[in-house]
Amino acid sequence: MSHPARHSSMLSLSNSASNLSSSSDKQLSSTQIPTAPPASPGLRVPSNRKTIYDRHLNRSRNGESSRASFAFLFAEMVTYAQRRVTGIQDLEKRLNEQGYPLGLRLLDLLFYRTMSSSSSSSLSSSSTSSSPPHRPLRILPLLHLIHGPLWRLLFTRSADALEHSVSPDTPNEYMITDNDPLVNTYISVPKEMSMLNCAAFVAGIIEGVCDGCGFETKVTAHNQPTEMWPGRTIFLVRFGESVMEREKVLERAGVK
Amino acid sequence: MSYYFTILSPTDVPLFNLAFGTSKSGGDGIARFRFPDTAQYMNQFIIHSSLDIVEEAQWMNSNMYLKHIDTYPPASSYISAFLTPSGARFLLLHQPPQLPSTTDRTGSGGTGTGSSSLLASSFSGGVGSTRASSSSVAANPTSPQTEEAVRQFMTEVYENYVKTVMSPFYRQGMEIKSPVFRGKVSAAGRKWL
Repeated sequence: MSHPARHSSMLSLSNSASNLSSSSDKQLSSTQIPTAPPASPGLRVPSNRKTIYDRHLNRSRNGESSRASFAFLFAEMVTYAQRRVTGIQDLEKRLNEQGYPLGLRLLDLLFYRTMSSSSSSSLSSSSTSSSPPHRPLRILPLLHLIHGPLWRLLFTRSADALEHSVSPDTPNEYMITDNDPLVNTYISVPKEMSMLNCAAFVAGIIEGVCDGCGFETKVTAHNQPTEMWPGRTIFLVRFGESVMEREKVLERAGVK
Repeated sequence: MSYYFTILSPTDVPLFNLAFGTSKSGGDGIARFRFPDTAQYMNQFIIHSSLDIVEEAQWMNSNMYLKHIDTYPPASSYISAFLTPSGARFLLLHQPPQLPSTTDRTGSGGTGTGSSSLLASSFSGGVGSTRASSSSVAANPTSPQTEEAVRQFMTEVYENYVKTVMSPFYRQGMEIKSPVFRGKVSAAGRKWL
């Protein structure tokens, strides 16, 4: 795109070479300016000279975004996902895909924050090797991580319940319950789509976290209203075969 | 001591590479490996061959820093690993300097003598003598001091890695091209190693 434009201006330059040299110089410089940034090795930094690497990751630790702006953004995300979908499952899949990369990021951020807070507290206790956070190796620690710290990071409270499937056919199914998911607070689902649960976005986050830790999973969100909690949502976590096999091996090896 | 640092994605895609030398005890921060300049790929060979051990150790040890996990005696290369919770692997290869008599000759750029003395130095106790010579970070790859220095280095790199990952323009598995990140990693190398 820029090449033909530059050539034509060069041509016009050579055609009008008999013009004043000062004006042609000006034209030359003006044509070169747009092509300069990709050629220059210099780095473009924000005007305050601060890149993302200069900001502290814990600075926004206690900062919370307003509920109104979150509701607005999330509603837009749902609308965006709803374009050209074939059905409810497709829509939930898209919401899930929006949450997935977020889960991968939150995992790293969560560990960084617990690590930096534990190291700063360990300075006072004079032992530098006092427990940095552990990567979850088994299913239960992973689910506790999601149920507790991850939920606190996202919603400033723990999830409401964590259950294991009682059916012997499905030992790979776990359930995390949220009585009143924040993401659904301002979403009103039309009657004909009553199966839809927009917390599929949160399910995607959970899936990202599990996958990041090396646990192949499928996570889905289901409505399970009770009288007290009409918006109660259950996140069904289904671990893959490989995870269950490894779980057995690790159990025999005595890994906690 | 010369270092080769690399970040690998969970699917073994190299995301970042950096070779540097020690800046402690008078080092000038320039990597001087025992391979000639034309054979620098040996570092990548050695470092990637330790991935099997990383994958074995990662399910037995829940720490993020797995410490020194692998040694390649012919090149006296030591490999330390650090795992991020999201599955990226930070691997650091460290290679102590050669015996003082040979560093004078090969120090000026790892010429052909580097490869021929490679085997000789490792079999004639080159590793042993450097280990005995001092316990400083720069010379002894398995001392607790070195482990601690590497841990500090890894932690600092991890902080910058998290910042990279948190960028909305970064997707998992993308190569890290930011010159600021590169600068931060080499600054961490100067600081701790």
